[in-house]
Amino acid sequence: MSSIAEKVVAGDIRTVARLIRDIDDGMPEVREVLKELYPHTGNAYIIGITGSPGVGKSTLVDQMVGHLRQRDKTVGVLAVDPTSPFSGGAILGDRVRMQRHSMDPGVFIRSLATRGHFGGLTQSTRSAIDVLDAMGKDYVLVETVGVGQDEVDVVRSAHTTVIVVIPGMGDDIQAIKAGILEVGDIFLINKSDREGADKTVSDLRLMIEMDQKKYEEGGWKPPILKVEAVFDKGIDEFLEAVDQHAAYLAKTEGGLDFRGNRNKVREELREMVKARLLEEALDRLTKSGEFDRAVELIVEKKIDPYTACEDLVLPVSKQ
Amino acid sequence: MKQQKRRVRVMVAKPGLDGHDRGARIIARAYRDAGFEVVYTGLHQTPEEIVEAAIQEDVDMIGLSSLAGAHNYLFPAVVQLLRERGADDIVVCGGGIIPEDDVEKLKAAGVKAVFTPGTPLDQIVKWVEENVSPRS
Repeated sequence: MSSIAEKVVAGDIRTVARLIRDIDDGMPEVREVLKELYPHTGNAYIIGITGSPGVGKSTLVDQMVGHLRQRDKTVGVLAVDPTSPFSGGAILGDRVRMQRHSMDPGVFIRSLATRGHFGGLTQSTRSAIDVLDAMGKDYVLVETVGVGQDEVDVVRSAHTTVIVVIPGMGDDIQAIKAGILEVGDIFLINKSDREGADKTVSDLRLMIEMDQKKYEEGGWKPPILKVEAVFDKGIDEFLEAVDQHAAYLAKTEGGLDFRGNRNKVREELREMVKARLLEEALDRLTKSGEFDRAVELIVEKKIDPYTACEDLVLPVSKQ
Repeated sequence: MKQQKRRVRVMVAKPGLDGHDRGARIIARAYRDAGFEVVYTGLHQTPEEIVEAAIQEDVDMIGLSSLAGAHNYLFPAVVQLLRERGADDIVVCGGGIIPEDDVEKLKAAGVKAVFTPGTPLDQIVKWVEENVSPRS
């Protein structure tokens, strides 16, 4: 094993931090390290937490870390914030709510920016999860802003996906129901001391019960729980629901092992192949100058973009 | 895993009991607009907490903000802790209400730059661009 992989498995903080940076920056040499780390993965329980901005995800994660530490579990946190589409920069502020854990050696917190790379958020976050898993964390919590398809993919790589909403978000629930609602394993109504919490519970229940048939056939029925993260209320009940979901998963194909479930493996591998093919093909077309030549031809109205695309793609795909 | 240019990562931190972070937030915003990834720690951080967070976040620079007069203790403490952790490749700079006489002392203690009130934001950003390089 390379010294980097050895240090990761031994839990060396600086090595882990730098490796995640290399993954995020797309350094090709990390592939070899990830291959070496793979046999050391598959032990962490991964929880994805998503929901619109301002619903209290970071505060919730902070409380989850506290409660998991009381149970003597070690925790890794990946907190994803959006990259500015204009400057490419990002303000990563989730850590503000979690800094009380920064001196705890059983906790590793890392902020990530979405960076807007296609197929990239999913892949690099997935790889970062593997690194925290390999360093021996019992739980890995992934916090994302639940707004895009990419993020749905990220939470799909979790054992348990938690959707956080707040009272009065009826319309927003409508907006998200087709996307992220379908991937929710547990629904939390945070800030549930506010007016309208019970209405939100019944709105959600209505939607979830539309899938009654699925539950009768033994499918998981997502619980809807009220919490007040900032007052540390309802967190234990929530973590019990996570345990119940884990017990349910343990009885499905592959159990808690992601890479023992054909559908999940198929999905992950497809994403990896897609990203790699795209990268290699685009790289080749850019380096050979074909891509830029096609751009010129389109601008000079000598060719249409559909033909240009075919001319670029067909020779590559035949190889 | 598309290879892209390494992005500069910086941390903006408020050490000590000083409760005013308007300046730190404005700096964070200017850094974001310059294309940096900015980790913000929030208020009331000890030097130990700042250094631990900077290591976990793998930042290239820590920007410390102090308006309450404890900079002579807090800033060098951060530099010293980074050294002890073998992480002194992380550049430390600072800003805030800092008397002229203290600037040289802080620099001697390893703080690479000190920005006092009135320094234009683009000058600070330019300094970072010229003096902090994303790890290669």
